[in-house]
Amino acid sequence: MAFLQQFALLLALLIVFSTSCKAATLEVDSVEVGHNYSSKSSATEKTSTSTNDSTDGHAPSVISTLPIVTWKWHHVETPYLVALWILTCWLCKLVCELNHSVTSVFPESGLLIMLGFILGGIVWGADKAQTFKLIPTNFFYYLLPQIILDASYCMPNKLFFSNLGAILIHAIIGTCWNAGTVGIALWACYEGGAMGNLNIGPLQFLLFGALISAVDPVAVIAVFEEVHVNEVLYILVFGESLLNDGVTVVLYNVFDAFVSLGGPKINAAEIIKGIVSFFVVAFGGSFLGVVFAILISMLTRITKNVQVIEAGFIIVLGYLSYLTAEMLSLSAILSITFCGVCCQKYINANMDEKSVTTLRYTLKVMANGSETMIFVFLGVSAIDKNIWVWNTGFILLTIFFVVIFRFIGVFFLNWILNQSRLIPIDITDQFVMAYGGLRGAVAYGLAAILDEKKIPEKNLMLGTTLIVVYFTVILQGITMKPLVQWLKVKKATHSDLTLNGKMNNRAFEHILTAMEDICGRMGDNWWTRHWNYFEDKYVCWLLLKSDARKHKDPIFGAFHKLNLEDATKYVTEGERKGSLDFIRNYDSASVDFKKKLALEYGDITPYITADMSEYDFGIDNVPVTSVMKNPIPSVSLDIHEQDRKSMPDDLSAHHLLAQHLYKSRRDNRPTYSRSHYNTSENPDEMQEIFQRTMRSRLEPFKSAKMGVNPAKKLSKHPKKDSTHKPNGKPADPHRTHPYGDEDFEFSADSASSSEIAGNFHRRSTNTPGAGVDNPTGNNTAVAPSQRAQGRLPWTPTNLRHLAPLRMSTRSTDSFVMADASLDEEAPEEKPGTHHTRL
Amino acid sequence: MGSTSSTLLKIPNVEVLMQETGFSPAHIIRLHDRFKALDKKGRGHLCPQDFGAIKELAMNPIGDRIIGAFFSPGKETVDFHTFVKILAHFRPVDKNRPKEPNSPEPINSRSNKLRFAFQLYDQDKDGKISRDELLKVLRAMLGMQVTEEQLESIADRTIQEADLDRDDAISFEEFRKVSPEILHSRCFIKAPVIMLMERDC
Repeated sequence: MAFLQQFALLLALLIVFSTSCKAATLEVDSVEVGHNYSSKSSATEKTSTSTNDSTDGHAPSVISTLPIVTWKWHHVETPYLVALWILTCWLCKLVCELNHSVTSVFPESGLLIMLGFILGGIVWGADKAQTFKLIPTNFFYYLLPQIILDASYCMPNKLFFSNLGAILIHAIIGTCWNAGTVGIALWACYEGGAMGNLNIGPLQFLLFGALISAVDPVAVIAVFEEVHVNEVLYILVFGESLLNDGVTVVLYNVFDAFVSLGGPKINAAEIIKGIVSFFVVAFGGSFLGVVFAILISMLTRITKNVQVIEAGFIIVLGYLSYLTAEMLSLSAILSITFCGVCCQKYINANMDEKSVTTLRYTLKVMANGSETMIFVFLGVSAIDKNIWVWNTGFILLTIFFVVIFRFIGVFFLNWILNQSRLIPIDITDQFVMAYGGLRGAVAYGLAAILDEKKIPEKNLMLGTTLIVVYFTVILQGITMKPLVQWLKVKKATHSDLTLNGKMNNRAFEHILTAMEDICGRMGDNWWTRHWNYFEDKYVCWLLLKSDARKHKDPIFGAFHKLNLEDATKYVTEGERKGSLDFIRNYDSASVDFKKKLALEYGDITPYITADMSEYDFGIDNVPVTSVMKNPIPSVSLDIHEQDRKSMPDDLSAHHLLAQHLYKSRRDNRPTYSRSHYNTSENPDEMQEIFQRTMRSRLEPFKSAKMGVNPAKKLSKHPKKDSTHKPNGKPADPHRTHPYGDEDFEFSADSASSSEIAGNFHRRSTNTPGAGVDNPTGNNTAVAPSQRAQGRLPWTPTNLRHLAPLRMSTRSTDSFVMADASLDEEAPEEKPGTHHTRL
Repeated sequence: MGSTSSTLLKIPNVEVLMQETGFSPAHIIRLHDRFKALDKKGRGHLCPQDFGAIKELAMNPIGDRIIGAFFSPGKETVDFHTFVKILAHFRPVDKNRPKEPNSPEPINSRSNKLRFAFQLYDQDKDGKISRDELLKVLRAMLGMQVTEEQLESIADRTIQEADLDRDDAISFEEFRKVSPEILHSRCFIKAPVIMLMERDC
């Protein structure tokens, strides 16, 4: 079945492809088609009779009769070919992804290249020449920018900046080292007579060394995405490959200028100029990127009224930063990289959540699409006999030197870095880093723009570059995964885990995560602290909207998001289940509840329903009837559980544990993935935990406020106060049930406590399982921390929103009662409730 | 690193501490910085709400228990020594540490690590994880999707699985036996706790 499907798809691919080929060959003139990669060179003079006559849509000199339809191929030719090629490439990806057993062995990038070979072969077979290939201009202007922008925009930027030093050292010094040594070593070998007679001077060797040292982020990410390495190693490889491109291009330009200048004219002054220009170009580009990042951030402060195209601004401005840098002959790649990295935080805060999602998806689509095209065209371009000038010595030595010097460079630089690092980068990580030096399209692009007049052996270099690319992407790509696994052999024998094992494993992971947090994840050294201060004080003021600034408080932000998502879920669920039937089938309590919610969230409903595609509740395969018959309140979101009740056996227990144990962040490394947008696997879990914790922490606040100084509150916000009464106080005893985290002792406590103060502290008594014996619970007279006090004002409002929703998700019987009793009170609150906004 | 020695001098009994925990001077300084950062009021000890200010802990289902583990019974504060000692549980096991026959078991040994975990479950400190205690932990760690019944059945099974002496509770010995070895190798040796105290460079 699967095979059939695959076959059918392949067939479809071939059909689409042959159409594009045929379309190309139909063409008569050998004009430059290439807006994109389709350069029409030697068109086979196929005067296809019928079509050709009517092709000239705009020059019908004499017409005898009014044509009803005409054939206007030339009008649409270029865009048509482009679109067809895009479709072809994406279908290739589809074919690759059909079979997961293949992609688990071969990296996708390698597969795409191989499919490119096949397509290239077909084109060659049809045209007897390579009519399509990757043109550097298209690559650099239309395919590369979005990849870099996407990569930098999604970069885990805390990690990036905290390792910036190491990344820069690798990217700048490492690249120069690679370029220099490969160039010089090749030249030395040439002088030694290892490659016969070639027309290449030392400068040209250096130029070649520069272009071949471009570690390609596209290839690196494509491979590393599938290999899960620790986050420091990941960011080192990823960050390096990203910045390295920029550096390579700069280096390439410097050497290119030297080559055009010619050997004899180069003196010390020129060399110094070259070095200066290197730094000016590299840092100027980065600086320009930061400037654009500031511009973008400031722009998003005021784009509220054009929310629909908000996301577009980022893309356009990002692209402009690329082009501007190119125009000023600064490093375009560095520019767009820093633009993306720097602005992400602020624009995410400024823009509407929807726009952020849109932006991410759009960037993913574009980046993923062009990555696919790049790989396919790397394959297609190979099938061209013009570029293949074989020189065994040159090719083999290049591969050899590229690999060797990469290793030497990485190990040496890491050795230096390790002198000052608290935790050294260990040897296996270094090895993986060195091995991850994959070359890709950037190297090819640079080789393709070599000027044949200045470098007579251009084709040899181009061919060699392609071979190096294939060697690294396919060979190293395939071996990367086994290698990583082999180097970390410590994966103990996979025994059958017991329930205890599963639970304890997870518990330990949580403990370790907590310890990491306690130790301070990113370390708070001087720089971080001062930057944070500076950022809070000035940068945020400049770049963030005022309400975004408020939301920047992570806890508040998280809370807000949770509320919003809860509301979304509720609405989605309601809509899914149909309209009136659904309401009538349930007891009045839930109806009231629903109404109340509708009122409460009425103002945001239109927005949030738009988001709902994000959430997959997994209820599609649950027959509706089972839901309808069930006496559980309508808003029970977890329909799974009704299925599960029926299988209380060991297997299901295992399954349950496996599915529902909260994952700790350790499983959830901040990897950048080109093809998947979901940055974290378990946002829902995070919500749940967060809500539980927050609720148990906030509980004391509320009751304290109620118990201690109700009069003051009442006079100030009478409405608010009355609203959180039903959800707050009376709910307490009911709520204990699902969480089991509150002792009755607690309510007694709150009455006796004299200050609000003690309550924040006492949360540890109320939290899941922190038993009566918890020593911390005894201390009651501690003032709340600054943060806690600061958060007080918004607590009740948020909690009020939160409470009904969350309670409704309970489905235990006792809770139905709780809900019912609660919701009877609810309608009265309506006038008071819906004035507060989410 | 110029201030290394001076910072170290400020910490009392630093030598003893280093010997007990096996942390290097750099680690100690790092931890000391962090300790000071957490201790916002500069009292020289930490209170539970100092830990509460770490926002990531709110995302941790058993975060509050872990915080609780820092405080020995009857105490509301934790000083630097205790803080470091507790963190020392999570140091990777040294593979090539010379084995001295009569030296006490290092803090970061497997069994001490397990004991730390065990006490998170065993909140009433009776040396046994009862069904109730287990239920509480499970409730905290399992998603909301799991019903009470399922929770109970899981707890029962878990106890059944580990319970060798049929007393319906898990003792530390039993706990240790059922805790898989995999833990030891994967979660602790590779534990990035120390790694993450990394300095930017």
